[in-house]
Amino acid sequence: MATIIVDNKSYTVNEQQNLLAACLGHGLNVPYFCWHPAMGSVGACRQCAVKQFKDDRDQSGRLVMSCMTPATNGTRISIDDPEAKAFRASVIEWLMVNHPHDCPVCDEGGECHLQDMTVMTGHVYRRYRYQKRTHRNQSLGPFIRHEMNRCIQCYRCVRYYRDYAGGHDLNVFGSHDAVYFGREQDGTLENEFSGNLVEVCPTGVFTDKTFFHHYTRKWDLQAAQSICPHCSLGCNTTAAERSGTLRRITNRFNSQVNGYFLCDRGRFGYEYVNSPHRIKRAVMRQKRHPSQLGTTEGVPQPLEFTADCVRQARGIVGIGSPRASLEANVALQSLVGPQHFYQGIDEQEGQLLSTILKVLQTGPVPSASIHDAEQSDAVFVLGADLLNEAPRLALALLQSIRQQPMEQVDELKIPRWDEAAVRNAVQNRRGPLFLTGYQRTWFHEYATDTYFAAPDDIARLGFAVAGSIGQGAPSVPDLSTEVRDLTQRIAEALTHAQRPLIIAGTESGSQATIEAAANVAWALHQQGKQPRLSFVLPECNSVGLALLGGGSLNDAFDAIRRGKADTVIVLENDLYRRAEQANVDAFFETAQTVVVIDSVENGTTAHADVLLPAATGPESDGTFVNQEGRAQRFYQVFVPDGDVKESWRWLSDLGRATSQEGGSESGVATWRNFDDAVSATAIAAPMLARIGEVAPSASFRLVGQKVPRQSERCSGRTSLISHLTMHEPPPPVDHDSPLGFTMEGYRGPLPSPLISQFWAPGWNSIQAVNTYQDEVGGPLRDEMPGVRLIEPVATKAAGWFTTIPRAYQPPTHQWLLLALSAVFGSDELSNQSPAIAERIGKPFLSLHPSDGARLTLEDHSTIDLVLQGTTYRLVVHLDPSTPVGTAGLSLVPEVSGVRVPAWVDLLKAIQTEQTRRAA
Amino acid sequence: MMNTWIYARNLVVGLWIVFKRTFTKPVTVQYPEEQPYLPPRWRGRIVLTRDPDGEERCVACYLCSAACPVDCISLQAADNPEAHERRYPAFFRINFSRCIYCGMCEEACPTNAIQLIPDFEQSEYARRNLVYEKEDLLISGTGKYHDYNFYRMAGVRTRDKDKGQGEHELPPVDVKSLMP
Repeated sequence: MATIIVDNKSYTVNEQQNLLAACLGHGLNVPYFCWHPAMGSVGACRQCAVKQFKDDRDQSGRLVMSCMTPATNGTRISIDDPEAKAFRASVIEWLMVNHPHDCPVCDEGGECHLQDMTVMTGHVYRRYRYQKRTHRNQSLGPFIRHEMNRCIQCYRCVRYYRDYAGGHDLNVFGSHDAVYFGREQDGTLENEFSGNLVEVCPTGVFTDKTFFHHYTRKWDLQAAQSICPHCSLGCNTTAAERSGTLRRITNRFNSQVNGYFLCDRGRFGYEYVNSPHRIKRAVMRQKRHPSQLGTTEGVPQPLEFTADCVRQARGIVGIGSPRASLEANVALQSLVGPQHFYQGIDEQEGQLLSTILKVLQTGPVPSASIHDAEQSDAVFVLGADLLNEAPRLALALLQSIRQQPMEQVDELKIPRWDEAAVRNAVQNRRGPLFLTGYQRTWFHEYATDTYFAAPDDIARLGFAVAGSIGQGAPSVPDLSTEVRDLTQRIAEALTHAQRPLIIAGTESGSQATIEAAANVAWALHQQGKQPRLSFVLPECNSVGLALLGGGSLNDAFDAIRRGKADTVIVLENDLYRRAEQANVDAFFETAQTVVVIDSVENGTTAHADVLLPAATGPESDGTFVNQEGRAQRFYQVFVPDGDVKESWRWLSDLGRATSQEGGSESGVATWRNFDDAVSATAIAAPMLARIGEVAPSASFRLVGQKVPRQSERCSGRTSLISHLTMHEPPPPVDHDSPLGFTMEGYRGPLPSPLISQFWAPGWNSIQAVNTYQDEVGGPLRDEMPGVRLIEPVATKAAGWFTTIPRAYQPPTHQWLLLALSAVFGSDELSNQSPAIAERIGKPFLSLHPSDGARLTLEDHSTIDLVLQGTTYRLVVHLDPSTPVGTAGLSLVPEVSGVRVPAWVDLLKAIQTEQTRRAA
Repeated sequence: MMNTWIYARNLVVGLWIVFKRTFTKPVTVQYPEEQPYLPPRWRGRIVLTRDPDGEERCVACYLCSAACPVDCISLQAADNPEAHERRYPAFFRINFSRCIYCGMCEEACPTNAIQLIPDFEQSEYARRNLVYEKEDLLISGTGKYHDYNFYRMAGVRTRDKDKGQGEHELPPVDVKSLMP
């Protein structure tokens, strides 16, 4: 800690920081543009000038850029010095020389860092009388709008896009006062993290195109904390609504999880909430008892009818879901009883999840948060395509490869925030990152070594690495020299690291891969390292569901087939994505009554006898447990129209309706608000006991008041619905959280889950997050970053996993069909967003060129593939990274019904034009 | 005795003033037969104006609704792909039963679109008739400010103005040029 003196007042600051960050951390307003807490300083914009004095006798001082000056002990500076102020004012005046006069039609207006800084420096009137330079814009795809006139040349976009996010297709062109930030030519920004440009750009050059189509100013948005439901990482987002439409998703800083950035799937995938395919009304479709057909008007009838069915049922099957909240799953479990509750995932996935839980609970190695992943200094990824399955984790790994070279930077006494100097010192050196998998992406360019092989071979590599690191760990004898060398390199890199990270994927369905990852981590732990483990899971609440337990989907099918039950309640789960079509069809056919609670129409909702409209994430309160085992709360952002209710509330109402005649209520029927749901969840499984600590309970008040979801200047209160009614109804009451659907209530410091949007006086842009932190880049004040439910208790691994698979040898005429996730296309909900839908690729089958030759297929030819009784039209990709004897199937909506991994005889299953003609 | 004298004097003076007024011109205006003069900046009914080219001036920037102290303005921005970056309000609603005619919206408006005009005759029997939609508010003229056209000043491209054709604008930069 160091003491610095700013305008004759002393402050205690972290000496690892620069003066700018130190001042901002103490709430001192120093304007800046090119600096970003996650990207360091380059001193390019000259906006953060302050005056530095040698000592207390020095009266003249000198101007320094605060972002480029370390906060050493005794530093004496002045922000208010007239000369420094004049300097900053002239800098912004220069920047505004070419800035267009279009704030009223700019989407950044009202949350613009440039506006904030202009006001902060006091520049008001334009003195420059000459003309403004203009630029032509580019069309950058469905996510981002481009308006180059507004650019102030801070270079943040290219520094983020190229240096931080590893993108290639955004660059700076031109020279002198006419530099241009864009692509070489019009086209979609390819990087999976391009959406962050919206927040990184201090002005309106890059704006959110999906938001543009239903634009509202930031101050009019009603917002609350949300957790991204589109992958297992559980990134924190701020979901914002106006007039019943979800308008946008922005990043919500969480020091342990997503930090400052989101992926594009998370940012632009929100429009499923506004989808025309949303289920808004409770519907009864009485195919079997037409006489009892009720009207679809009003809710009580479907509910009463369902209650009747449940009461008269021979047995009930409750199918939970890994994309429903923990509370909803617990509600279903409580309604149907734990023995009738099924997880709603296939057996293999359930098996993998329980192995993962076992590894994390019984082993000595903790799971890694995204923040831990960023800090790790060697990474070994086993069979996971991070860029497509868990994109934000891939972005974290792009930072982790800087950790090892950073040690040299520290030796050179270069401060870590001094970005240009750091890059110069690091050059092209990268820390160890070993990627193994089944499909090459651009992310593999950053790997030290890559290994593309079948799941079994990848697991063997993992076991071999563990074997060569750990004492007593089983080793793999019959490896090829090539793999043995690779094993040596990986083992060496991991043992040289202090905080190695092992990541394993689940998509290949390979149990051995997970066990191999555990062995590697345990072996490293045995060597005295501080390893971390991370598993990439299929869905946002997979861990929560696994902690809750329950039978697999097949068990549910069995229960109906054997006649043990005749009524099915499906909770937010499209079974056609989880089991073969014929099985699901038979299941629905045999079941007497099918009750489905879901939010968006899908194959399963079409089979429902009773369809109850469920609230989506931003319309409900709930808890997700991410792949790290971190439970995080999301809050209802707005009250949806129609009959839409939270799933747990439907189930609670159903419980009450069912028990009305039976007398006393119990279980889910006694739930009245979300607090009841949380307390019931806490006792539903031993590992969930701490679920109440995730966020403040519904009874939480500050100065006796609730916390508003709307900003102080939210507008239109007396005219938004005046075309419908002149009466101004009171805002809806929220019994489930400490938040209110109003602009009234407590304003001041808040526990982090209750912050509606980041805003501070003078800081209207998302950069206001600095004012919520004690130390810039550190945790938020009163941060509640979620509760890690799984912490290791053992200090030593109980025993190694010893089931080492044999080297992959495909049976003749058989190929192992592997799932290739696609960042845009594989997630059920985000696919419903028009912007994401535009980015979804055509379904393809990826084969090794040698397999292609064997099957006489040409690259990019179109084939018909008969899989599990359905014919799919696919494009052939001959890709050398596809392991021989396997075939990769891109998981896009057209093929979402295919069960992978599976064995197929491609010689029989593939039909080309020629074979058809020959037949 | 003294009081009586004062009362009598006041009575006479009062009567004298009344008598005198019978010969002066009355100040009462015979409204509505006779319309009073209201200065152009008088703050009455709110209108949405058009620019000199006859296009809607409102760009749906939401500043009027933010400035409104009684929150009686609401709108929704929409884009017309044919008009390029030109924005317009999909709906624009003022609840005049709440409006206090403070003129903050007019002050906030960056495009001179929303203007208060000297018309106060808005009495209605039903409050719902005081809810004005865009078609009720939009007039076909420029209102008080005749020449201002926001899109001539703004840098964005619109239907009739390419990049660099606005006022005080240079032609678009040729990025490939290295000339100083």
